[in-house]
Amino acid sequence: MSKHHVSTTINGEPTEFLCEPQLTLLDVLRDELRLTGSKEGCSSGDCGACSVTIDGRLVCSCLMLAVEAEGRKIETIEGMANGQELHPLQQKFLEHAALQCGFCTPGVLVAAKALLERNPDPTETETRYWLAGNLCRCTGYDKIIRAVLDAAAEMRGA
Amino acid sequence: MLAYTAPWTVDEAVRALAGAHGVAKVLSGGTDLLVQLRSGRVKPDLIVDIKKIPDMAGIRQHDGGFVIGAATSGAEIGECEALRQAWPGIVEAANLIGSTQVQGRATLAGNLCNASPAADSVPAMIAARATCVIAGGNGKREVPVESIVTGPGRTSLARDEFIVAFHLPKRPPRSADAYLRFIPRTEMDIAVVGAGVNVTLDAAGVCTDARVVLGAVAPTAVVVADAATALVGHKLDDAALDALDEAARAACKPIDDKRGTIDYRIKVAGVMARRTAAIAFERAARA
Repeated sequence: MSKHHVSTTINGEPTEFLCEPQLTLLDVLRDELRLTGSKEGCSSGDCGACSVTIDGRLVCSCLMLAVEAEGRKIETIEGMANGQELHPLQQKFLEHAALQCGFCTPGVLVAAKALLERNPDPTETETRYWLAGNLCRCTGYDKIIRAVLDAAAEMRGA
Repeated sequence: MLAYTAPWTVDEAVRALAGAHGVAKVLSGGTDLLVQLRSGRVKPDLIVDIKKIPDMAGIRQHDGGFVIGAATSGAEIGECEALRQAWPGIVEAANLIGSTQVQGRATLAGNLCNASPAADSVPAMIAARATCVIAGGNGKREVPVESIVTGPGRTSLARDEFIVAFHLPKRPPRSADAYLRFIPRTEMDIAVVGAGVNVTLDAAGVCTDARVVLGAVAPTAVVVADAATALVGHKLDDAALDALDEAARAACKPIDDKRGTIDYRIKVAGVMARRTAAIAFERAARA
């Protein structure tokens, strides 16, 4: 079994790992690096629970081989809070009760953060379309959308 | 046992594909390939990742047209203002594929070479008379996009070949394209029918050139010559729309499946051709 040596940056930390070529980035994040915030839902790019950003671009980590991470900058849910201080999106998700079981929440938060970095003032429609690849079976989405729009407003005012 | 290589040059990639033992697969965005790996539908011995090759991603203007690198993501395509202006149909077709996350990785070359009859970007690319540049053991060749897919999951590429770029031609004035697909939801679905229309109008709004291409109604995307004939020489009046609708329906050879019956797909193909043509004409009048 030939393993590949991969050098990458995860949440600002230079990180190295060894991996077999068939492993996805999600496999390595969870099982090798123990960054278990990213969840495995469908393994086919439909549910978004494994969302991370690669060089600022939102992707499903289940649809990317871990070896492809060589030289790239990865941001995961673990990098979202600043120490004990929650990101405004995380705070608003708590205030709006925008989660129930919480399985989809890390992916939704990572996706919403990527949206607000591009568009600080999205419409409800833009927000719903942007998050269409993040499935939630609990909330019915409405509280998620309210929380994202409220966080966007707060971040614009801050 | 699966091996992975990420060559730095086109020649190295061609040599890797040619020298592979067993099945070799080209990886660009991976949004289809990784799903197939996981499900066991494909069991490659070698994956050749083309994204480290210079110029494989990115969009540039050339000779009045565009060159789109094979590994350019849907997100990058959607962010290219010049491309949106010149080829709005191609951009909207590419951007319909999957979610925001999928757009971060999915590519035109992958959508084409996955060879699904329902691929969204393919009818739009064919309607645009796009060509693809293919690298292989015998050097490079350039062929029309419609010559690539030969059937569901099958392409005309040799085992040592892969697509390196797409070329979009220069536009005459008053030209525009459009792509629509029918799905029973608003997002995140696979086309029941897709329609790409590309037209050029004269100053009076009469169509002087047209290409109409349907997706998901036959084993491959269908260039509907009779539908183009129905438009050329006409404004988009009721008679032209009726003739377009009839020609589109006549070109369909669909299957019955969970997304739609044969009769339904044929009916919807006519409707989608009408709606897409209306958008293309309206855009061309402003272009």
